Amino acid sequence: MDKVIVAQGLSLAYEKSEMIIKDASFAIESGSFVFITGASGSGKSTLLKSFYGALSPVSGSLIVGGVELKGVSRSKLNLLRRHIGIVFQDYKLVNEWTIEKNVSLPLVINGYEKSVTENQVDTLLKHVRLKHQTGKYPLELSGGEQQRVAMARALAHNPIMILADEPTGNLDDYSAQLIWNLLAGANEQLNTTVVVVTHRIPQSLGIDYRHFHIEYGNIHEVN
Amino acid sequence: MKSIKNHISLVLALTSILFAIQTLIVTHRALEAYEKNLKTNYSIVVVSDKVLNEKTLKSKSSLIESVEDIEVDDAIKRIDSSISKNNLELLKLSLPDFYKLTLSKYPTPSEIKQLKKQLKTLSGVKKIEDFKTSYDTSYKLLTLFGTVVTVFSVVVFVITSLLILKELRIWQYIHKDRMNIMGLFGAPKWLSSAVLFRLAIIDAVISSFLVFIAYAFIKNSDWLGEKLSTVGIDIEIFDFVNDFPILFVAAVLLSILLATAIAFSHKEEV
Repeated sequence: MDKVIVAQGLSLAYEKSEMIIKDASFAIESGSFVFITGASGSGKSTLLKSFYGALSPVSGSLIVGGVELKGVSRSKLNLLRRHIGIVFQDYKLVNEWTIEKNVSLPLVINGYEKSVTENQVDTLLKHVRLKHQTGKYPLELSGGEQQRVAMARALAHNPIMILADEPTGNLDDYSAQLIWNLLAGANEQLNTTVVVVTHRIPQSLGIDYRHFHIEYGNIHEVN
Repeated sequence: MKSIKNHISLVLALTSILFAIQTLIVTHRALEAYEKNLKTNYSIVVVSDKVLNEKTLKSKSSLIESVEDIEVDDAIKRIDSSISKNNLELLKLSLPDFYKLTLSKYPTPSEIKQLKKQLKTLSGVKKIEDFKTSYDTSYKLLTLFGTVVTVFSVVVFVITSLLILKELRIWQYIHKDRMNIMGLFGAPKWLSSAVLFRLAIIDAVISSFLVFIAYAFIKNSDWLGEKLSTVGIDIEIFDFVNDFPILFVAAVLLSILLATAIAFSHKEEV
């Protein structure tokens, strides 16, 4: 199976004096579902940020989607990001835009035609059960609904990989379950690689997954 | 409402700068016109014992545009008709030659001093009359006015630029989140800051038209026309065809500079 993420001796830090991830080596296969867990401040989100190039490795190598992220140019990073969908705990929606416009963002960036974009947005809003909220702005929706908009945005451009940072952290159980179903659906039906940083792995996901745990900056796989 | 407020801040700042630029242009145009007016009416007179030709006089200064002999016959005739013809002839012979020099520009005091010094080196030159004092007072007043306007415009420009810098920080804050989110999905810089450029250009267009309207109003004011004709300025100092493109380009350049500064100073949040 193709490897979509390959880390070799990867170390990450915000300040060079304080390593958050130390000398990590692992690989994530294309089409897999991966959980990354760890205590607060263990470096889970830092690791995820490195996958989309927001944080560059201090040492070692990190290859995502075939692109070496150590010292990567901005233009190459942009190209890579156009094939990744990202979901955040705080949704990161543009509040001045309608939910349709938010969902269409990756399609616009990828240069899709207007009609294709409109159709795709329409399909996705139905998929995340938000068709009835068309025309509304993010702040007019509940937290769960906003996260579903973020999910629709992450899925819009059929990415090779979805990176989710505590996607259910702010949601009630019902909304959280909807998000897990959407992530599992993307993985199962579209073969999209999903990497989720979370405190808690859901009980009833119904799919195979890998689990990495971070402790004191070290990453190990839990069987 | 917030968005209108943001527009107003930049539009006001840009309008002040454009107003300063337009005021500078108009003032300098008025001064040039007045200078031209002075130059047309101004000449100096050279009195010489020896005959001088135009080439000799012009060789002394590039300021000299033309040389004209002043005929003394009419003046002599007006002195007294009781003087006999012989005496008149004698008087005419004993009189020096007079030359009227017109200049290529209205000279500054140092230029006139230098010119007089050069002309005095010519053999036979007895006296040079520059009539400068009578012209100088109003010219100096206008020059002072021009300097004051220039200083005022520079002050307006500096203060408004500081206001724009402050505005830049506000815009940076307002647009930071959207630019960040777009960056996360791989948007190139030009796309994530496209809204900024659009807003900046809209504000530039609005400011240019505001200044255009303000000056159109001033141009049609009878009061100003009267004041200008009092000081002898009879030209079209409000040249909209040439000025509007200057103002428009200045406004667009300034606002694009502002948007570019925001776009390039934006750093992705980690």
